[in-house]
Amino acid sequence: MKIKFNINSKIEELEIRPDATLLNVLRDNGFTEVKCGCSEGECGACIVLIDDKTVNSCQVLAMSAASKKIKTVKGIGTLHNPHLLQKIFASTGADQCGFCSPGMVLSAYSLLKENPNPTEKEIAEALDGNLCRCTGYVKIIEAVRRTAQIMNENLISRE
Amino acid sequence: MFKYVKKAVEKIDGLALVTGNEKYTDDFSFDKMLYVSVLHSGYAHAQIEELDDSAARKIPGVVEILSYNNVNTILYTTAGQGFPEPSPYDTILFGKTMRFVGDNVCAVAAETKEIADIALKKIKIKYKRLKPLLNFEQSDNSKIIIHKNDGAFPKIPVYYDASKNIAAMVEAEAGDFEKAFGESKNKIEKNFYVSYASHCALEPHAAVSYIDNRGRLVIISTTQVPFHVRRIVSHVAEIPISKIRVIKPRIGGGFGGKQEVLLEPIAALVTWRTKRPAKLVYSRKEVFNSTRTRHQYKTVFKVGFQDNGIITALHLDALENSGAYGSHALTVLSNAGSKTLPLLNKIENLKFTGKGVYTNLPCGGAYRGYGATEAYFGYGQIIDMVCEATNNNIVEYYKKWSIKSGETSPIFKALGEGKEGVAMTITSSSLEECLETGSKEFHWNEKKKLYDSNFNKGKRIKRGVGMAALMQGSAIPEIDMASAYIKMNDDGSFNLNIGATDLGTGSDTILAQIAAEVLDVPVEKFIVTSSDTDFTPFDTGAYASSTTYLTGQAVKKCAENIKEQILKVGAEILGVIQNEVEIENEQVITKPGFADFRKISFAEICNYSFYQNNQFQIQATASHVSPKSPPPFAAHFVEIEVDTFTGIIKVINYVAAVDCGTPINPILAEGQAEGAIVNGISYALVENYYFSEYGKLLNDTFGKYGVYTASDIPPIKVILIDSYEETGPFGAKSISEININGPLPAIANAFFNATGKRLFKSPFTPEDVLKVLKG
Ligand code: FES
Ligand code: FES
Repeated sequence: MKIKFNINSKIEELEIRPDATLLNVLRDNGFTEVKCGCSEGECGACIVLIDDKTVNSCQVLAMSAASKKIKTVKGIGTLHNPHLLQKIFASTGADQCGFCSPGMVLSAYSLLKENPNPTEKEIAEALDGNLCRCTGYVKIIEAVRRTAQIMNENLISRE
Repeated sequence: MFKYVKKAVEKIDGLALVTGNEKYTDDFSFDKMLYVSVLHSGYAHAQIEELDDSAARKIPGVVEILSYNNVNTILYTTAGQGFPEPSPYDTILFGKTMRFVGDNVCAVAAETKEIADIALKKIKIKYKRLKPLLNFEQSDNSKIIIHKNDGAFPKIPVYYDASKNIAAMVEAEAGDFEKAFGESKNKIEKNFYVSYASHCALEPHAAVSYIDNRGRLVIISTTQVPFHVRRIVSHVAEIPISKIRVIKPRIGGGFGGKQEVLLEPIAALVTWRTKRPAKLVYSRKEVFNSTRTRHQYKTVFKVGFQDNGIITALHLDALENSGAYGSHALTVLSNAGSKTLPLLNKIENLKFTGKGVYTNLPCGGAYRGYGATEAYFGYGQIIDMVCEATNNNIVEYYKKWSIKSGETSPIFKALGEGKEGVAMTITSSSLEECLETGSKEFHWNEKKKLYDSNFNKGKRIKRGVGMAALMQGSAIPEIDMASAYIKMNDDGSFNLNIGATDLGTGSDTILAQIAAEVLDVPVEKFIVTSSDTDFTPFDTGAYASSTTYLTGQAVKKCAENIKEQILKVGAEILGVIQNEVEIENEQVITKPGFADFRKISFAEICNYSFYQNNQFQIQATASHVSPKSPPPFAAHFVEIEVDTFTGIIKVINYVAAVDCGTPINPILAEGQAEGAIVNGISYALVENYYFSEYGKLLNDTFGKYGVYTASDIPPIKVILIDSYEETGPFGAKSISEININGPLPAIANAFFNATGKRLFKSPFTPEDVLKVLKG
């Protein structure tokens, strides 16, 4: 059946099966920036924002997100117009293989919107659902901390 | 001083990665693509008596089924190593004997993944169950023979005896261990056990294949070794090498787990037979069960020493659980000796014996650390025990007795990779400074003194500190080869093509930095293409801590050749002789002191060589083989808390001082160390494979397995302390593997410091810790 989705602020009409997960629907329709590390809700690689909340897209049916605002990592910034978080992730070495990065960036984005001045502990807790096997998290936490600092110093919008 | 090297240059793919722009294998899809699912054995040991796929073939949408019924029986090794491989040829893509839970039974290709999965269930298989061999300590005198009359053989002339379940055997000796040990006044003899582990690269293994416009097979794959994939697929799928192209796009981590050729031959066969694109992506469960693991090990250390702590005799006997197939069995084993025993090179009588045995359990393979991690658990504790017994300060002990620049160890020559090793003198080491700086930063002396006092007495939560010194290697000497190609473009940019495989490590960036340094051109001026067997020159691949050191040197040689060509053309244009000019800031300029200053830009030079006089393409290629494998060194320090009520060990502070030669990119080098340390800590504390009594892996999900998250990590400080390795590019050595070796021995030593008890078996789970505390 055909369903209308709001993905990265654009309305997309997509053909879906009623039992399809949001992850599969997104990936099958070219939103391959949403990654699949486990399909079991345990790695956070598939995180998207649904109405500004982080959700493991492998764990929800696409149908349930139909009337809501979905955002992938490209929805917050692109290669030619990156979000500050993305810039700092890249310059801090918070991305090695980058497979966790889309989910990681979105978890960090959502944290900074709610809590512009998180402690290291709060950052770690907010990223607790995102596995990364490459970095050991040290530079990821550092990137989030630095982004928060720059945003606060320069009063940059968190959008 | 360097301009582009030793700089924290941002990864050239960095922004594309964090904006989700880069493509990984599973992100590629093609029209009319088939989806492949593999059926894996549910039995640890069984014989298939009949495989009837007729019902499955009738399901609409099923296009091809591969099994022993229609795929030739060809022995090979899944280990993506150089040819001839040091791993035995004991594997068949689809055989009749199932040797572990997860072994390949057959594969279905269908119009959708759902249809393929349904079809798998309709395949009727008659198994004859066989008794499994699940205890590796009983393997070599078991009645159960895992590779019985199946023709398995070693590809190189090494000891191999399938009739005794022996997949690999290694022996080396320097001096006379037995005599020296017999005469020793003080002796320690201990057994150590380390567990299975999964690499847990976040991206699961995947392969996508298609036929190109001229009928050739293209394989996109999550591989660390594209050239070995091409060769091995050619062998197993019986397709000429010239008809195969292998591409590694971005890859979501490897750590050795993708140095294995597992999915590619299956996708290749489907595509080759059906002439349709095919995609095979493993689920996380399949990755845990069916791909490769860190080998389980038992190591036995015997050490004889004098009252002052001088060790006169040391024997390491290693028993490796190779699992069902002997992938990397021999080389991981030899590395258990060759990456540990040279560290304290003044021990006069050294012996290494090792055996890799088959079992009906998941297969070992390459895993960051590669035998060294397994052996350092015991090695690092044995040295601590000797120091404790003889009242030596362990940091000073390592300073005094560790191998130094200008020194050698007989082990380098005695232990190679499937053949004799290569004699080597150390030409770079800052290990002494690592020990000095690391211990200061950590406040080792103060903390050790405090916890040695009765600080912990009567406390529930006990604190302790431990440390270990480490080494690894950089590439496999006189075996691994890397090459590079550079050409110049008319705007003064360059194409840098390398076969090397960036796994997220940042090697594409590091290699560009090396070329940039030689040519005095910003890194952005390099268009880097890597890991495509059609368009990049040969490289053995990303393993054995080789890329920066080995491919880096090939890139350096190649760039130096380009530099000569640019200077020649520049001099010709400027009307001077070549030794009157030099390169600076993307220009050729006359040297200081030359009467009238002249200059010409790289862009003009390239245009001249394209269109004006003596026309030619400025281009070069270079290859590199290393005569040695210079070790990086490290000193790790850890502070822990042990809750004696719950058995929980908490790491509260970690300092690692690391000598990787010149860090070409310090941020990326630190990242390698941090990632390895966290993996090492979780391996020490939680990671393990738990099996049912039938050999089925029970904890095959991220959650049950226990990969660390951001909130599990302690404060970690990595300090890079340069040395200069003359055989490496701009002084560089490796860093990717060494730091995973530290947590096991350092935490175990800290546990002793806190509790007075030793941990001989990892991981250090609360249950086991409580047992040790009570025992
Ligand atoms: S793929 Fe959804 S949590 Fe791992
Ligand atoms: S960068 Fe590889 S998993 Fe995080």
